[in-house]
Amino acid sequence: MTAVLQARGLGKRYRRRWALSECTLAIPAGRVVGLVGPNGAGKTTLLHLAVGLLSPSAGAIEVLGGQPDSDPRHLGRVGFVAQETPTYSALTVADHLRLGAHLNPGWDSQLAGSRIEQLGLDPAQRAGKLSGGQRAQLALTLAIAKRPELLLLDEPVASLDPLARREFLQGLMEVVAEHGVSVVLSSHLVADLERVCDHLVILVASRVRLAGDVDDLLASHHLLIGPRRDLATLPDNQQVISARHTDRQSTLFIRTDAPILDPSWTVEQVSLEDIVLAYMSQAAGTRPGRGPGLGVQR
Amino acid sequence: MVIEFHLNVRSGVSPYLQLVHQVRQAMRLGLVREGDQLPTVKDVVSRLAINPNTVLKAYRELEHAGLVAARPGVGTFVTTTLSDASLAAHGPLRRDLQRWIAKARQAGLDDESIEALFGDTFRSATEAGVA
Repeated sequence: MTAVLQARGLGKRYRRRWALSECTLAIPAGRVVGLVGPNGAGKTTLLHLAVGLLSPSAGAIEVLGGQPDSDPRHLGRVGFVAQETPTYSALTVADHLRLGAHLNPGWDSQLAGSRIEQLGLDPAQRAGKLSGGQRAQLALTLAIAKRPELLLLDEPVASLDPLARREFLQGLMEVVAEHGVSVVLSSHLVADLERVCDHLVILVASRVRLAGDVDDLLASHHLLIGPRRDLATLPDNQQVISARHTDRQSTLFIRTDAPILDPSWTVEQVSLEDIVLAYMSQAAGTRPGRGPGLGVQR
Repeated sequence: MVIEFHLNVRSGVSPYLQLVHQVRQAMRLGLVREGDQLPTVKDVVSRLAINPNTVLKAYRELEHAGLVAARPGVGTFVTTTLSDASLAAHGPLRRDLQRWIAKARQAGLDDESIEALFGDTFRSATEAGVA
């Protein structure tokens, strides 16, 4: 399957600090990708590199087969909704649509118009007077009416109430169902990602910790509970992500593609949230000298 | 619409399997019969705010199992009725289970141990079947 976004050794440095480093990633077409990680992990930097707002300090990034920062033409094929879903507060909803039509060659004014109507937005309303949920929907409408092949969204639902959040994601998923657009969506809200995403990328401390299809990740991660166990005695094909021990009991969070045959373990299924938390805390806790605060590497 | 899907994100069961289970369950209980149309992908997506690929994957799996068929441009339709055949199998299975429970009691297991053993075996069998 072709990649809509491919990064090889991608890095971005701000003065002495690497906001993103050695990022190698291939995101297949037709997916809804969840990009997760703690604040400052490099999520926004990666998205800004993908739309050409930033240029790489190291490595390369290809989006839809082109380099975003050197080829402005193909930006028409990428939709981007920045953090806080910005709109022009003094302009009306109708002004935004006119602006979109002027700036984008492939603008679908019928799609834009019918979405605004479906959302019940008043075209004469100034964007500054809209609610947070309405503003996010307007920003999403602008991004999809240019009929992009790839839609990038930077924490679009972070500031929305639960109802507005659900409505936003419903709208987004309808677009995916109808137009087959690929989506990369950064968020802290793992419960939302669990519903909408079929591919997950975990960024921690400026590096990619885990990337893969959600179903594969759910099938290959397990929680093992059993009598206390020396980790050195585990089979080679079991990778320990996190381990906790009491005097008598061991609780292991492991990744393996092989079946777990050892009858001394009670095997529990894990959720996507368990996986995200396990990888995020692995990076925070178990590797001294490589914590999030120490961004200077190589 | 014949059935409405729901999603439990805390269950640890992947969303597409939840949809598959819900269709099978509805068929088993006789709520869904041959000829019924399943909700369209767009309906499910806009109601649950879930990934369309999840719905497609669930419907594909049901198709592979020979339970539904997709008519391009129209929708996905149920092609068999599960409940009659499987309801008939309930009786003998129940008797097998009763015999097994009696054996477990004879071996000295209390109710809690029996439940734990059944649940554990069921889960590991389900996992083996899924993987």
